[in-house]
Amino acid sequence: MTIPLLELKKISVSFEGFLALRDLDLALNQGDLRAVIGPNGAGKTTFLDVITGKVVPTKGDVIFKEKSLIGQKEFHIARKGIGRKFQSPRIFENLSVQENLALAVSRPKTPLSLLINSLKVKNLDEIQRLMSIVNLQSKANIRAGALSHGQKQWLEIAMLVGQDPDLLLVDEPVAGLTDEETDLTADLLKSLAGDHTILVIDHDMEFIRRLDCPVSVLHQGHVLKEGSMSDIQNDPLVIEVYLGKSEEEEE
Amino acid sequence: MSIFSTKTSWINLIIWVLIIALIIAAPSVLPVFRLNLLGRYLSLAIVALGVDLIWGFTGMLSLGQGIFFALGGYCAAMFLQLNSASEFPNGIPEFFGLYGVEKLPFFWEPFKSSAFTLISIWLLPAMIAGLLGYLVFRNRIKGVYFSILTQAALLVFFNFFNGQQKLINGTNGLKTDVTQLFGQMVGSEIMQRWFFWISAVLVILAWFFARWIVRDRFGNILIGIRDDEARVRFTGYNPVIFKTIIFSIAGGLAGISGALYTVQSGIVSPQFMTVPFSIEMVIWVAVGGRGTLLGAILGAVFINYAKSLVSEALPASWMFIQGGLFILVVTALPEGVLGWIRKGGIRKLLFLIGANKKLETYPRLEVNEQGEVNS
Repeated sequence: MTIPLLELKKISVSFEGFLALRDLDLALNQGDLRAVIGPNGAGKTTFLDVITGKVVPTKGDVIFKEKSLIGQKEFHIARKGIGRKFQSPRIFENLSVQENLALAVSRPKTPLSLLINSLKVKNLDEIQRLMSIVNLQSKANIRAGALSHGQKQWLEIAMLVGQDPDLLLVDEPVAGLTDEETDLTADLLKSLAGDHTILVIDHDMEFIRRLDCPVSVLHQGHVLKEGSMSDIQNDPLVIEVYLGKSEEEEE
Repeated sequence: MSIFSTKTSWINLIIWVLIIALIIAAPSVLPVFRLNLLGRYLSLAIVALGVDLIWGFTGMLSLGQGIFFALGGYCAAMFLQLNSASEFPNGIPEFFGLYGVEKLPFFWEPFKSSAFTLISIWLLPAMIAGLLGYLVFRNRIKGVYFSILTQAALLVFFNFFNGQQKLINGTNGLKTDVTQLFGQMVGSEIMQRWFFWISAVLVILAWFFARWIVRDRFGNILIGIRDDEARVRFTGYNPVIFKTIIFSIAGGLAGISGALYTVQSGIVSPQFMTVPFSIEMVIWVAVGGRGTLLGAILGAVFINYAKSLVSEALPASWMFIQGGLFILVVTALPEGVLGWIRKGGIRKLLFLIGANKKLETYPRLEVNEQGEVNS
């Protein structure tokens, strides 16, 4: 049996008595693409907060590359190889596309190295490659704040990839995108899987179906069901959570 | 990179040529009184550069830069006092006699050395800023809370220095103009001319230094911290270190500035640590243009020069003008005067007064009666 890249063991998070997550178990293997869905308030974002170190769980353990992440600082976790994309695009709006990516690919990420070393050719090539993946070459010197919403989402994904993480956590990448952009984003994520392990959180069922990957349904801080998209859609429990019990069934 | 767009470099170049021409011409044109004022304001430009680094670039509004400014001033003044203390009883500065102090307080001792003094002028404020900054930033205190905290720290320092007659002459401060340096009175004309040159050169060096810091990715991280600190963290950078370093650098610049200001104004006193003075530093940068570096220098020099001219002509009216200037900048020129010019403000102004025509951005189309475009 292979050792999973990321393993969450019985994670519980309590915010002043309110259980955002309870006994959550989840494992991801190297190269997996996994989608997590769930109604509002199911704990999807909290779950990412726990992995990235923003929230310390009340109980349980997060194992990444066989080491616990509990108590580590956010930037340490990022350096260990976990990249995170936020719900709304968060990029450095006052820097150009190129400068945004330069910060993502720079290594080591210490003040002295940023001040004294100039970017290596390898890094410059990497920036070009990233821009071509997300189709932003023509915008290289444009202020990131001037990009369209979809382009910002992609820039953020490109920055994520530029960090060269083993695990990408992608929170609602297609919120506010057009159908065409949604499809492109799905293809992009699929092409990145394999080299990277990717965990996607979203509401958009069409998008998740297009990703064509195992899905975990989160409900009230707990994994309700895991399986393929078609299994999930036909599961009575999931339908109940998402749509509410129909009156006929109650009778 | 985008900061180095050609238009901006042209504006920068023109301004620099003007500044250097003015600096070279000033000593032969201005009477020594005015030259001394200009020298003081050039030294204030150095503290303004620091404020621009921490506020304009990194987004941390410090209202306590007066602490580091005054510390630099005290370091310089202690050295000068000791340097000319041999003629006084006990061989210690005269004011100690007023309070019956016969032995030099221990922390004065190292200031007998000129090398120690030259280093401590910037290193001491930088270290205190670094320590204070680290404790604050580590606890993720930012925004308004940071501003309030720095102001509170300023008051603590002010009250301490104000109350310690036996250590540093309390509220009276330390005089430097009647002290000796290289066999000359510090307040003499020849020395003041030298201090003018030193200030002018140091402003330019400080600008190059600041420019070097923000030029590339280090500066981009500072901007990133200002715009979205969480993103910086999740990109794998530790914002605490970056903020501590830049706050420490700003503290060091403030120290140099304070030392130069002290020797040119002839005294250092706890008045350097009053709340309004530290707020004024922020106003210079806001008016000049934050995040522009050059704007900080221009803001500090021009506002202060205007202050002295206006105060001579119309005493008591300066506060209104300064307040008005600040309101004008906040409401009409949020990027400051230089930021406004760089964004094509002069062209807009010429257009407003009708001296310039609107640019045609689209070719004119011939349209027939049916509203169709003639080809």
